[in-house]
Amino acid sequence: MIPSSVDYTRASSVGEAIRLLAENPDAKLLAGGHSLIPAMKLRLNSPALLIDIARIAELRFIEDTENAIVIGAASTHADIITNQYLKGLTAMIEAGELIGDTQVRNMGTLGGSIAHADPSADWPAVLLALEAQIKVQGADGERIIPAAEFFTGFFSTALDSGEIVTEIHLPKAAVGSASAYRKFMQPASRFAIVGCAASVTVEGGVISAANVAFTGVSDAAFLDEGVASALIGKSATLENIEAAASAAAEGDMHINEDHFASQAYRKHLAKVYAKRALAGACGL
Amino acid sequence: MSNKFIGKSVKRIEDKRFITGKGRYTDDIVLPGMTYAYILRSPYAHARIRSIDYSAAEAMQGVVTIMTGEEVGHYGVPCGWQVNFKNGDIMKEPPHPLLVKDKVRHVGDAVAMVVAETRELAQDAAEAIIIDYEVLPAVTDASKAVLPGAPLVHDDVPNNICFDWEIGNPKAEVDEAMASAHHITSLDFVNQRLSPNAMEPRSYIGQYDNVYDKYTLYTSTQNPHLIRLLMCAFVLGLPEHKVRVVGPDVGGGFGSKIYHYTEEALVTLASKKIGRPVKWTETRSEAFQTDAHGRDHVTHAEMGFDAQGNIVGLRIKTFANLGAYLSTFGTAVPTYLHGTLLQGLYTTPKIHLDMTCVFTHTTAVDAYRGAGRPEATFLLERLVDLAALEMGVDPAELRLKNFIPAFDGVTQPGYQTNVALQYDSGNYHSVLERGLEMLGYENFRKEQAEAAKTNKILGVGFSTYIEACGIAPSAVVGSLGARAGLYEVGQVRVQPTGKISVFTGAHSHGQGHETTFAQVVADRLGIPMEDVDIIHGDSDTVAFGMGTYGSRSLAVGGSAIVKSLDKIIEKGAKIAAHKLECSADDIEFKDGKFTVKGTDKSLSFGDIALTAYVPHVYPANLEPGLDFSSFYDPTNFTYPFGCHIAVVEIDKETGFTRVKRFIAVDDVGNVINPMIVDGQIHGGLAQGIGQALFEGVEFDENGQITNGSYMDYTMPRADDLPMFELDRQVTPCPHNPLGVKGAGEAGCIGSTPAVVNAVIDALWSAGHKVKDVRMPMTPERVWKAMQPA
Amino acid sequence: MLCNTLKTNGFCAKALNFYLTYIMPKITLTVNGKTHTHEVEGRLLLVHYLRDTLGLTGTHVGCDTSSCGTCTIHLDGKAIKSCSLLAAQADGSSITTIEGLAPEGELHPLQEGFKEEHGLQCGFCTPGMIMCAADLLSRNPDPTEQEIREGLEGNICRCTGYHNIVRAIQYAAQKSAVAV
Repeated sequence: MIPSSVDYTRASSVGEAIRLLAENPDAKLLAGGHSLIPAMKLRLNSPALLIDIARIAELRFIEDTENAIVIGAASTHADIITNQYLKGLTAMIEAGELIGDTQVRNMGTLGGSIAHADPSADWPAVLLALEAQIKVQGADGERIIPAAEFFTGFFSTALDSGEIVTEIHLPKAAVGSASAYRKFMQPASRFAIVGCAASVTVEGGVISAANVAFTGVSDAAFLDEGVASALIGKSATLENIEAAASAAAEGDMHINEDHFASQAYRKHLAKVYAKRALAGACGL
Repeated sequence: MSNKFIGKSVKRIEDKRFITGKGRYTDDIVLPGMTYAYILRSPYAHARIRSIDYSAAEAMQGVVTIMTGEEVGHYGVPCGWQVNFKNGDIMKEPPHPLLVKDKVRHVGDAVAMVVAETRELAQDAAEAIIIDYEVLPAVTDASKAVLPGAPLVHDDVPNNICFDWEIGNPKAEVDEAMASAHHITSLDFVNQRLSPNAMEPRSYIGQYDNVYDKYTLYTSTQNPHLIRLLMCAFVLGLPEHKVRVVGPDVGGGFGSKIYHYTEEALVTLASKKIGRPVKWTETRSEAFQTDAHGRDHVTHAEMGFDAQGNIVGLRIKTFANLGAYLSTFGTAVPTYLHGTLLQGLYTTPKIHLDMTCVFTHTTAVDAYRGAGRPEATFLLERLVDLAALEMGVDPAELRLKNFIPAFDGVTQPGYQTNVALQYDSGNYHSVLERGLEMLGYENFRKEQAEAAKTNKILGVGFSTYIEACGIAPSAVVGSLGARAGLYEVGQVRVQPTGKISVFTGAHSHGQGHETTFAQVVADRLGIPMEDVDIIHGDSDTVAFGMGTYGSRSLAVGGSAIVKSLDKIIEKGAKIAAHKLECSADDIEFKDGKFTVKGTDKSLSFGDIALTAYVPHVYPANLEPGLDFSSFYDPTNFTYPFGCHIAVVEIDKETGFTRVKRFIAVDDVGNVINPMIVDGQIHGGLAQGIGQALFEGVEFDENGQITNGSYMDYTMPRADDLPMFELDRQVTPCPHNPLGVKGAGEAGCIGSTPAVVNAVIDALWSAGHKVKDVRMPMTPERVWKAMQPA
Repeated sequence: MLCNTLKTNGFCAKALNFYLTYIMPKITLTVNGKTHTHEVEGRLLLVHYLRDTLGLTGTHVGCDTSSCGTCTIHLDGKAIKSCSLLAAQADGSSITTIEGLAPEGELHPLQEGFKEEHGLQCGFCTPGMIMCAADLLSRNPDPTEQEIREGLEGNICRCTGYHNIVRAIQYAAQKSAVAV
């Protein structure tokens, strides 16, 4: 398996990468390459030019700021799960540890993963549940896209063609709030058949805020408002969680289907995994 | 024999090169001037080729030659085993061309080969070949391919039936026995198609030397001599003495590298055509499409019991899928390697198998680890366990009641089955009893009852198996249609300094022959193991051989070496007798010394070796030298057996099933290297558990493999399996000199039904009385079995 | 050849520079302690660079989808799959392959463990397994059985059923602990 001919260059700064991208309409950005290179080997994707952004120093950092943990887009999955600032964002650690395998986690990047927007990838659900802000940069400057607006469909995002994801801002966990990620793996690829990220704020034993996000279930990761709203104002008990989780993946939406999981089974798993992720977040 | 090495877990000699990255697999070999081939394959399961236009590709940079069916389509690879229809007609045997000219018959069927300066350029050029296909309807399920109106794979094979076949007692007798049964357990099931997935993809290099007019083929094969014979005599018509076939280090086979594949002949032809070496290495995607698959039976089976729980009859109808073309041993697997094992460990008095072997628009099916015997074991062990559940009796008790009583094959005769074979020796009750003891059966049932109240239910499954290994007496297999003998060759060359070179026709691709065979030789000759070198895999150095499959290497190949060792010792005794001035009858050989019985007069093995090559003081009428070659043709198959027990835990909410414990008590006869035998069992268990829970090639209605990569075909990984709990019983094989039976396939044969039975047992314990969950038992299938109907 | 065409056609130095930078990246990397410089095609995979250009055939290719792990090497000290990386991406990096894991004539504790515990049969997955396990032990010197199994999730072995691979890694962990 060999990719078609392709030119390669390494950008030394975000600015250079954006300029190269603008000058070469058939170019693709290359970070860890763990989605792009396999697709190129199968000749499903044959860009004319690869712009390697993995070594741009300004894209690889993890910073603890006043309101948020800021992650540079070229940070690898391994960088994230071993970073001390992220310890409080349990869902990030739990999800990161379940991505691919050791080797993939050493190369694959957070920015690359979300820009690729595989409907079964783990990060999108977590970023949704944690209300991440995604900073992108293009020829016209920078803008911030909330995660809830970023994942727009099957392998598609709100990124414009000349834009690069530069930073992911994760609001710091509020007092009394916690998160968890639970995943039912496709046994061969180890992508999510159903991945559920839950973030819950409990005040005085009562749930005051909740996010429940899924990956693998539909053509893009999504926040499940039905489950979240059923939790608000309830005490954080297993019974209440189970009742709320039974609303998962209902309503008018596309449900994925493959030879590992039919639509009915996937829907069922969504309810089970919502329960498990919520229970995890509530420490139950 | 001193047994300094035999029976010891000697660390493997071959490991050093593998752990340091110095193994030499075919794709590692680079020859001067080498070119690279890429094979363009059909994207359709069934289509007529209207035209092929490779003019643009031919003009591309770096392209050396392009071959199509026009040029080589008249060559085809043969089937090695003829099976006849019930009525005596010869099986249908349509050609399997090297490249297809007219019609493609499965996804991956080879249409053109591009040879170029680099691998990259060959693939680029192949993309520029334009083929106009007329797509035709396809059929992939054997039981549907025989129905009227099904698309035909080969126009001259009516109903896609290659042959029908039966074995056992007359059908009427079995019907009568079943009519008298108190209880009949019946089961419809699919023993699904598997992809063998040796980790090394197939790789071949053809090389033609015009100075010596000699061909060399480097091939990732399990049997280089067999490939040479088939390619020379049945495919290309090359002079066998002008062809050298080398099987260097081979990264696993599991059956898939037994067969003579079209690409072996293609690179050979191409290398002659262009006068340069040609290398072809498949991708994993191609491996899924072209490496012969295993299993794929659709079966209806019934087992009858009397009121006391004794089995009274077994009646089976099976459709076996052979794929689009006959692979080398594809016809033997569902018949002589499957039907003949349906006695199992039981005294079943009446057995009948009705088998229909069918062409479909799919990859060829042939032997995959166990080959026919896993299918037979699965059928029997599923029926027995299910019968126990249905009759409300204990599955272990039901087995013990129906087992064939112990016999050693020496003082007691072998056991004659109703399906042609005669078992050599066996003691079946004790392996199950030992397994129950390891399991802690009574405790387990208590634990299970507790678990049934929780979200994680437990089940136990049993499987007691027998297999036929050490394939096989040539005369027997010849009478059954084999087109080759199945002996083995072992040459032992004593060098003048007493060092030993052993040439064996068996081929090691993970089995550790370089160690096990050296243990045998060193023990027999009383010399250090480092004085022994095991040479295999090269037809120019090894006289002949039939290769490695069917757990035969030690039982047949090892026996051939022992025969040569016996000849060496016998001749050595004559030389020693001459030098020690006594009769050869007075010489005894022990611990590496030829000694005059009852005296301290002796000569070392090294002294005798030197004398044989420097024969100054030497018996008259005795040839110099110490070098013997032997052919060993077994008198019977060998019959390993054992008991496998699986404990599974099922997540009631998701159906996710985990193997918590796996116990295997195997009797593979005498054991030369316990560490290696355990390793063989471990690997077999993983593959058998893989079939039960994870693996299975899936086709869509167009004949596309929908899970033809490791992103979709679930290979068992480290975190899918438990540590295995092994024990061993030894019932020596009475008819070969080492008393060994073979261990390569046992793990894979016994384990699959144990896991399935455990899942069914768990489901019944929670009140879900289903007969079957189709393999692979994915979480969804198990979950569905727990939903209200 | 294209380079000559560009020159004779009077392309400016900038274009030529563009061609050299984009079309045939020149890479310099250190492999097993030795520095190598080569011009490579943009599409050349690192695994093919190691196998074909450098002749380091201990690193294998077992699949097309970054799934099997037989191509595992260390890039700047971390296990990665060299089939999913372009050689150009590794420019400036330091690489260790199975051939360089231990000094010539010596065995790394993992290599020793695989031999002592019969952690290999056909040997094809072995280099990748060892390189992956080395990464695991560098992060977690005393892993539990479950941690070892999870640490190997990116590597497939078809021969051993993993039982003895787990034991081989336990052997190495123990041996390294004693050495420390």
